[in-house]
Amino acid sequence: MNTNLALLLLLAPFLGFLLNILFGSRLGKTLSGIIGTMAVAVSFAVTFYFFGAIAAIPEGIHISLFEWIQISNFKVDFGFQLDQLSVLWLLFVTGIGSLIHLYSINYMYDDENMHKYFAYLNLFVFFMITLVIGSNLLVMFIGWEGVGLCSYLLIGFWHKNQEFNDAAKKAFIMNRIGDLGLLIGIFILGMLFSTLDFATLKTAISGATDLNMYWLSVAAFALFIGACGKSAQIPLYTWLPDAMAGPTPVSALIHAATMVTAGIFMITRLNFLFDLTPDVQNIIAIVGAVTALVAATIGLVQNDIKKVLAYSTVSQLGLMFLALGLGAYEVAVFHVITHAFFKACLFLGSGSVIHALHGEQDMRNMGGLKKAMPITFATMLIASLAISGVPLFSGFFSKDEILLVAFHHNIPLWVVASIASIMTAFYMFRLMFLTFFKEFRGTAEQKHHLHESSPLITIPLIVLAFLATIGGLISLPGNSWLNEYLTPILPKLATAEHHLGTTEYILMAIAVIGGLVGIGIAYAKYIKQNAVPSEDAAITGFSKVLYNKYYVDEFYDAIFVKPINFLSRFFRDTVESGLSALVFGFGKLTNEISYQGKKVQNGSIGLYLFAFVLGLCAIVSYLFLAQ
Amino acid sequence: MNNILNHIGIENYIFLSVILFCIGVFGVLYRRNAIIVFMSIEIMLNAVNLLFVAFSTYHQDAQGQVFVFFSMAVAAAEVAVGLAILVSIFRNLGSITIDNLKNLKG
Repeated sequence: MNTNLALLLLLAPFLGFLLNILFGSRLGKTLSGIIGTMAVAVSFAVTFYFFGAIAAIPEGIHISLFEWIQISNFKVDFGFQLDQLSVLWLLFVTGIGSLIHLYSINYMYDDENMHKYFAYLNLFVFFMITLVIGSNLLVMFIGWEGVGLCSYLLIGFWHKNQEFNDAAKKAFIMNRIGDLGLLIGIFILGMLFSTLDFATLKTAISGATDLNMYWLSVAAFALFIGACGKSAQIPLYTWLPDAMAGPTPVSALIHAATMVTAGIFMITRLNFLFDLTPDVQNIIAIVGAVTALVAATIGLVQNDIKKVLAYSTVSQLGLMFLALGLGAYEVAVFHVITHAFFKACLFLGSGSVIHALHGEQDMRNMGGLKKAMPITFATMLIASLAISGVPLFSGFFSKDEILLVAFHHNIPLWVVASIASIMTAFYMFRLMFLTFFKEFRGTAEQKHHLHESSPLITIPLIVLAFLATIGGLISLPGNSWLNEYLTPILPKLATAEHHLGTTEYILMAIAVIGGLVGIGIAYAKYIKQNAVPSEDAAITGFSKVLYNKYYVDEFYDAIFVKPINFLSRFFRDTVESGLSALVFGFGKLTNEISYQGKKVQNGSIGLYLFAFVLGLCAIVSYLFLAQ
Repeated sequence: MNNILNHIGIENYIFLSVILFCIGVFGVLYRRNAIIVFMSIEIMLNAVNLLFVAFSTYHQDAQGQVFVFFSMAVAAAEVAVGLAILVSIFRNLGSITIDNLKNLKG
């Protein structure tokens, strides 16, 4: 029963993919969209069943389909593990996935390749489910690679634009670097414990006394590099902002709500490993905090509405890594969930705006959309309030917990994270003010066509805005349903104390005031002073550095891309042509010798005889001389 | 020792044989007529036969003379086959000048 349902959960999106990719062009756009949406909705329904089922089974449901690899005592099963963590992840992957599929039916309706779009989207959900429910690292790795592939396909979905293709390639290559780390981590764990199964690993690592700490740390660090690639942390984050080349719903699903959380999922899944390697945890925390700050500063000055959201995503992921690094896995998971709600809502809202403006993404050409698009405005406002940490919205609870944890462990990191949070509030409201307030700054043509999007777009927005509002209820401070729910995965939660003292309230007040200050600055600048970001050429000073993303892309270009290009050109032009000249030279030489030698064999018997006699003389004289 | 070598020294047979062989070689190299080339080959063959016989007598060993009989028999067979080839070449080409025999070209 459970096996069949798990297979249904997994294969429904895959069936949707097959139908859409094979027969999509004949199905028609509406049907293609409905199939894609239904496929994910089925998975969502099954997930709900499992959500109910595992309440009674704290150790989770383990399903082994068949033995996949066996080499002496090293064994890998092809199996699934449906426990609290994976079901939680499935809930928002398939839930938000369904909403985004629904949204895409309208958003992508004008695209000639809509069936292909839905096929890729379904394939993505399939791989994401594989990633989440895999019972061992290798099955997880299949999903891990699969989502990377789908991300590539969808970023480059509008493949007629070369820039988009480049962005897709960049995402793929950046992910590959991370994946190498992940693979090395998997190999080391396999070498140390002869198993890759999560449950067995947990027993092996928790129970063992003579662990090889050196290799364990290396493994944890390698896995963290994998997480860096997938979850866009420094130094592998540059692909995520470029990934905005894809259709906006893709950005919402893959590059904000689900795929980029894979790294956090993996680290939470292996929390027993990371708990033993404090050095790696410190690195994770620092990388997370620095990423949060750097991405937030870049987000301050971006003018592309999706780029702002992309950097905000990187920044929020950084906060989650900060929590992970401090051992507060449940807090990171909590923020993943609330972030999935409000960031999906923000992206879909920005998609609605872009749709209404026929592809315009530059906020300098927006403004005043509040009246034309009331629902989009309201939902995005709620999501912005949530991400800024305004009390009672979901982001307030999760972000506050991260800051709280940071404060208890490491004050400098708390300061960094707090500054990042203030900046978040500022750039989110900068986005809101520039997009929805004041006068419209686009063309008259665009102004004429301004309209609220269709219900297929606004319904997902409303649902997500609702979730973004109440999402915080799952983990109220002092009375956390989430912590209780995750206790089987994170055993130390059972003994953790939940108290709210004066310090906590003060910290909360600081965070809230910080958020409000950020909003206030944005208000003062963009409403009171009526400022509009200047043209590209007029940007000067430090904001130019920020606008150009600290020149990190240029730096990578100079450090890695150019030398590699130079090297490959060198190998192509010099080494390879030299080698091929050598090989061709041998061919030509042989050819020439045989061509000349052929002339001797001219059929003249006289010559043959002469040669014969000469040869005889030579042999005879040699024999004489040899004696 | 009562044989002919007492009257004419072995070296004279060797010289004669070498001269005959060289005549044969130059005949093969310089003449264009296939029959003369053929004859020259026979001269070379007979030069060797002569040497065989001379050394056979010198060493008082009949083996060399026996071998010469074989050699002459083979040479006779070879001549029969060779002349037959020449006849058929003549029938085909109307000449037996070896310069015309270019069909051996690979």
